[in-house]
Amino acid sequence: MWDYSEKVREHFFNPRNSGPLDNANGTGDVGSIKCGDALRLMLKVNPESEIIEDAHFQTFGCGSAIASSSALTEIIKGKTVDEALKVSNQDIADYLDGLPPEKMHCSVMGREALQAAVANYRGEVWSDDHEEGDLVCKCFAIDAVMIEDTVRANGLRTREEVTNFTKAGGGCSACHEKIEDVLIAVNGRLYNSEPTPKKAAAAMPSESPVKPKLTNYQRIRKIEDTLEAIRPMLQRDHGDVTLVEVEGKKIYVALSGACQGCQMESATLGGIQHKLVEALGELVQVLPVGALANH
Amino acid sequence: MKPIYMDNNATTACDPAVVEAMLPFFTEQFGNASSIHSFGAQVGKALKEARIKVQNLLGAAHDSEIVFNSCGTESDSTAILSAIRAQPERRTIITTVVEHPAILTLCDQLEKEGYVVHKLKVSKKGRVDLDEYKSLLNDRVAIVSIMWANNETGTIFPVEEMAEMAHEKGIMFHTDAVQAVGKLAIDLKTTKIDMLSLSGHKLHAPKGIGVLYLRRNTRFRPLLRGGHQERGRRAGTENSAAIVGLGVACDLAQQHMEAENTTVKRLRDRLERGILAKVKNAFVNGDTLYRLPNTASIAFEYVEGEGILLLLNRQGIAASSGSACTSGSLEPSHVMRAMGIPYTAAHGTIRFSLSRYNTAEEVDRVIAAVPPIIAQLRKLSPYWSGEGPVANPDQAFKPEYA
Repeated sequence: MWDYSEKVREHFFNPRNSGPLDNANGTGDVGSIKCGDALRLMLKVNPESEIIEDAHFQTFGCGSAIASSSALTEIIKGKTVDEALKVSNQDIADYLDGLPPEKMHCSVMGREALQAAVANYRGEVWSDDHEEGDLVCKCFAIDAVMIEDTVRANGLRTREEVTNFTKAGGGCSACHEKIEDVLIAVNGRLYNSEPTPKKAAAAMPSESPVKPKLTNYQRIRKIEDTLEAIRPMLQRDHGDVTLVEVEGKKIYVALSGACQGCQMESATLGGIQHKLVEALGELVQVLPVGALANH
Repeated sequence: MKPIYMDNNATTACDPAVVEAMLPFFTEQFGNASSIHSFGAQVGKALKEARIKVQNLLGAAHDSEIVFNSCGTESDSTAILSAIRAQPERRTIITTVVEHPAILTLCDQLEKEGYVVHKLKVSKKGRVDLDEYKSLLNDRVAIVSIMWANNETGTIFPVEEMAEMAHEKGIMFHTDAVQAVGKLAIDLKTTKIDMLSLSGHKLHAPKGIGVLYLRRNTRFRPLLRGGHQERGRRAGTENSAAIVGLGVACDLAQQHMEAENTTVKRLRDRLERGILAKVKNAFVNGDTLYRLPNTASIAFEYVEGEGILLLLNRQGIAASSGSACTSGSLEPSHVMRAMGIPYTAAHGTIRFSLSRYNTAEEVDRVIAAVPPIIAQLRKLSPYWSGEGPVANPDQAFKPEYA
């Protein structure tokens, strides 16, 4: 029933820094009572050094909301205000050895409480741009509002496009009906999933005759540079990629970290392939290093 | 310490006598009831006996009115889809806002497909307004589906009376009785109920077996077509072991019906009184006059249910939360919201649902366990200060983005 890490349980059963904080000089109240999670974060900041000397919380919420609050206070104590503001919701989740996708909003709430408390300390007004819809894709924790916004902004028409843009629906596929519901709500109808006319195909550099042919060395350098540009994106999701071998049109790469065994592995490889085709101006195939062994 | 199970509205333990009766049907009695040879014939006989036991518990006029299937959800879907398929000119469904998702999710889907769905609202006590109901009954209504008893609060609905009212207008009536069967005396032959859903695992039979009661002469369209099983009204090879188990469970339910309404009820009342005496800012949800004898839904203000469940679980106590937080949705239970319970209480609602296996000693252990847990969580709550809620809780803590 509860897929909580040991760390989450431990922080829930023995929360650190709970209860009111006397002489707090920065307080942030965030959350939503409707959603059943709300948090008050209280900070005692040294005005000279800007160091957070103490942090306490009071939380109305589920086990992971309480654990996230507890973790947040532990993370930020001893940091300067500016350092603390760099703490992301992923940092809070990582500190707890991860949170179930349905509960990631608890870490988001922690980060927002921090921003609100710092704003309060600095005498600023914090305004929240948070909007959270029903969770649609549980594999990648994507909610309906996020999908709707992306569909609108990019004129998406099919479930496949939604998956390519948001990852939603790229895992177990159980949410495809819900994604289609969002598409119908936005577009007024559901378009067939035949590939929409690809502008990219027309603009494919391989069609361009002016492109000079690369030497082997230049080609591999180009592949390396392209992968280098992709890596930060993967690292943001705790993954990584390295080039292993180039055999003609076949480019073998090793995915590591979170990318390894991820349900989105084939989508990730597809994305890399797309970038390489663009950069090299020729059709190439990107394969996982495992395929090289079978070769 | 021995674990305490008080989540019997979610599911129940199979009675040992049920398991014992089932076992031969996995081994020597493996035949297909439809076969001519003796392997099949013996199973066929066992199914017939089980059907009569179910018939007796429901007070059905004929054993052929009992249709075995896979679960309560299948019974609900079969009933509603049958009614609209058999009467294509009728495109309205009447139900309540507090039904189980087995009804509500299906109705939402049918609404998308163009059907009109009226969901009766409920009062603070969880009661429906019979005048509102009456005003909605007309010849466009294909079916009325009202739960016999609510799974979260135990509130009992006047389904016999509502079935009469529907019948007077020539409208089919279905009731989802999965929580009521085995806890309340039911005598379908004296009612106007056309269809009823039963789920085996709510009354100490195994999971994966359900029943649709289908009154003789009710127009019907099967959900699954295929073989002639269940007189062609539910195709698919019979789950013979589970059907036999359900038969035994129905016999046992009949035997324990009185204890359910005396012994179990006393335990439930003792639990409620014991907890409310020690925990302030707590109250019972639902209609305390008309409700199941085993169910206690208690709202603990200013704390959230999942935390309570985690702490109870650590002491080996299993209950469930009125808050849907645990099931992945962030909104509190639709039942609590429909009754107008404020968010600060709806999120802190815990359902204890007992069975004939619970003891007074267990009840006392739960009574002792709950107050410190609530106190511990309230200490963390921004709505609580010292011994009571903060003054003007809604003003004192107003988080952004409500």
